[in-house]
Amino acid sequence: MFRGERLVLNNVSFSLSNGGVLLLRGANGAGKSTLLRALAGLTPLAAGTLFWDGVDALEDFAEHAARIAWLGHLDAVKPALTPAEHVGAGALGAVGLAAYADLPARLLSAGQKRRLAIARVVASGRKLWLLDEPTTGLDAASVAQFLRLCEAHRADGGMIIASTHTPLDLAAPEVLTL
Amino acid sequence: MIDLIWRELRLSLRHPADSAAALLFFVIAGTLFPFALGPGPTTLAAIAAGVVWVCALLAALLPLDRLFGADFEDGTLDLLLLSGLPPYAVAFAKTAAHWLTTGLPLLVISAPLAIMLRMPAGRLPLLLLTLLPGTALLSLIGTLAAAITLGARRAGVLMPLITLPLMIPTLIFGASAVTSPHPAAALYMLGAMFLGALPLAPLGAGAALRAAAE
Repeated sequence: MFRGERLVLNNVSFSLSNGGVLLLRGANGAGKSTLLRALAGLTPLAAGTLFWDGVDALEDFAEHAARIAWLGHLDAVKPALTPAEHVGAGALGAVGLAAYADLPARLLSAGQKRRLAIARVVASGRKLWLLDEPTTGLDAASVAQFLRLCEAHRADGGMIIASTHTPLDLAAPEVLTL
Repeated sequence: MIDLIWRELRLSLRHPADSAAALLFFVIAGTLFPFALGPGPTTLAAIAAGVVWVCALLAALLPLDRLFGADFEDGTLDLLLLSGLPPYAVAFAKTAAHWLTTGLPLLVISAPLAIMLRMPAGRLPLLLLTLLPGTALLSLIGTLAAAITLGARRAGVLMPLITLPLMIPTLIFGASAVTSPHPAAALYMLGAMFLGALPLAPLGAGAALRAAAE
């Protein structure tokens, strides 16, 4: 995989089953975000294949996109919209933002915006969560809440691939160091 | 796709400055011509259609750099591409939102501007008729240019350099339809260009969005 003209990842291979979680570790610039973007189909693979149930997942981008809930390192929060307008009021309780449902997002703190972005992932109902540094800006209580949401998603058969610098206390994670 | 258009309209209503700036530019630029050329009704009436068309073209360019720019900077573009909508549908929704928030208001206020420029009242319906596909073409081609220049250095400079030459045929047929004694041919050409751009511009813009996200 290339970032611009630079080869950042080579010979990467892994598999993930229903309910599985894969944590991507590595130094800054190791290619964690690039790998996540490639898995989402946002960045093309220079070589190799991404399989989903034995079929080339990127053959049909729209079908692949419909499986993925994406949390990038940016929150994708519009300051002028309220949290309820971003994800629907029903999804905000899971991340403790119900009280701020009708407040313009520009008035939220950085941590609250991150929680709003997490609420969008949870509300998506999609099978594979791709999370880039998901706990950035979160306090300890919010991290614990996020971990509970992850475990609930896994219990439903969902899969998670997350890049992280800080340890995430998830049950039986697989770790890929880049 | 309807949800995305509604969301864009809601954002535009909460931040009306972009659309308002385009409309104000349109009116102010149009009112400069009588100051420069004099208030003679014959002179103004002769150039009114061209002035309205050129001012509309330039005004419609103003909000284009934020059409995808804000989404690109805050990470929303990735979500749009992963929303399940094909990239061309995302681009089409943005085009529709641009037309509704900029093209349509320009169309509406072009009538008073044309009257101020002494355009004969009988020509007004024709002006509005040409601006209907004309402003839609502006939105379609502008969206394509905005997507192509997304993430580029000096995108704000590049975008008019791409859009303006592509709009020259629209400008020629649009302005000449209003002034010509036989406007049908020019109107047909405008309609044909609109029908051609309607599928092609979103397809091109969608491909450019995918490339920008890489």
